[in-house]
Amino acid sequence: MGTIVFFYFASVIVVTAALVVALRSPVFSALALLVMFFHVAGLFVTLHAEFLAVIQILVYAGAILVLYLFVVMLLNLKGEVRFHHQLTVGLFLGCMLFAEAVLLVVKGKTSLGANLPDLREPTQLIQGNTESIGELLYSTYLFPFEIASLILLVAMVGAVILTKKGILEAKS
Amino acid sequence: MDTGIRLALTFGQIGAVMVAVLLTVAALTLLERKVLGWMQDRMGPMEVGPYGILQPVADGLKLFFKEDIIPAGANKFMFSMAPVLSLVPALIGFAVIPFGPDWTIDVGGVAFKPFVITDINIGILYILAFASIGAYGIILGGWSSNSKYSLLGGLRAAAQLISYELNVGLSIVGVLLLSSSLSLVTITNAQAGGFWNWYFFGGGGFPQAVAFVVFIISAIAETNRTPFDLPEAESELVAGFFTEYSGMRFAFFFLAEYGNMILVSCVATVLFFGGWHAPLEFLQGPESLHWLTGMMWFTIKVYGFLFLFFWIRATLPRLRYDQLMRFGWKVLLPIALGNIVLTAIVAYLFPGN
Repeated sequence: MGTIVFFYFASVIVVTAALVVALRSPVFSALALLVMFFHVAGLFVTLHAEFLAVIQILVYAGAILVLYLFVVMLLNLKGEVRFHHQLTVGLFLGCMLFAEAVLLVVKGKTSLGANLPDLREPTQLIQGNTESIGELLYSTYLFPFEIASLILLVAMVGAVILTKKGILEAKS
Repeated sequence: MDTGIRLALTFGQIGAVMVAVLLTVAALTLLERKVLGWMQDRMGPMEVGPYGILQPVADGLKLFFKEDIIPAGANKFMFSMAPVLSLVPALIGFAVIPFGPDWTIDVGGVAFKPFVITDINIGILYILAFASIGAYGIILGGWSSNSKYSLLGGLRAAAQLISYELNVGLSIVGVLLLSSSLSLVTITNAQAGGFWNWYFFGGGGFPQAVAFVVFIISAIAETNRTPFDLPEAESELVAGFFTEYSGMRFAFFFLAEYGNMILVSCVATVLFFGGWHAPLEFLQGPESLHWLTGMMWFTIKVYGFLFLFFWIRATLPRLRYDQLMRFGWKVLLPIALGNIVLTAIVAYLFPGN
């Protein structure tokens, strides 16, 4: 049962992820991305990581993708002026990556799925997973966590400077 | 067998909650017009039925039999999807709201909680997540209509929902810090025993009154009600994102707006005003009657908030768009953040208070 559910979510994720880049209309691309986010959240639920699942929807689907849609609608992009002329470069890079992956598997140094945790038997946490994620973030992963917040701060300062550019130049 | 009983019970429960919510919506359409009428010194609808009480039935029938028009040049698929995308998130949030006592009864070997559909341990985040999904219905409805007014309404809605969603999320963090739980059932249970235990009045050590004000203002903005009804400002945008909608598709947007109002009132009741608990212990009645008094107090509080929505609509004029943005980001957001810092300090210094 768990395997069927996993393959359902995984296949929908792959298909919709491909649709995001393949569809002509940017609005439909954004919607394909929305479906993908929901299925990633579904994968988290099957792993008993409800907190991550909800945060996935709240942050990515609820905030970031809405902003994407906002920009797409504001610019009123037509299908033609998009990235499809990069097809040759993309195809070249894709073939390279695919060949690399095939080589790695064939050579046998990395076998797919060997190091993956067992999907069917998720460890039941004694405390809720909100608490455990919080504890992990503020103990084991404190440094990367703080670095991430620093990067966000830099991005924020950058955004402020970009919007204030004209004003600052006018003053000096 | 157990699975069958569980399925039947859950579906029954979902059906009961949906019927209750939709009946409340029907009642609200009449109540809103009546309340607005009284506040403006007139009678409100009086024609259909005695004292106008059959008006919702007439409205429903009218919407049901209206012609369904899809404008030329509209994106048909998106145009039909948008009302559904708007309504489903508005109704799905009720799954985690506890309407009455936290009882577990045994039905044919299946543990069953009669007053909450499911008590997941991240209940409040679940509601926030689906509330944020509701924006898609509005944005796509505006975009797919192929109309300038609709598009402008959709764009406004997108910006407004993102700004105020943040404030809703931050304003409830204080309550979550004090209750140290995300489950609405646990949060309700922590507020038992009298109104001084409600988080609004200082249950848990630090009054969340300021947070509540931020929450209710942001909630009004998120449900697109006056004075924050810029996405559907009729004096500027005809009807905003649903200008082109008619008949049942329009009714879906309408139901979504009122469903969201009820959901927000339920969340405010649960987080700040003790959910189904009575303000004083003796008003709760004997243990065996808790289901009745619990539901009664819950309903009274929810209708109190719904009345507040109408009251504000009758009182305040609409904000301008730049005022709306400035107010959200430069006034409400710092207040909500300050409340989190203060609450965290108090919760750290006086734990388990």
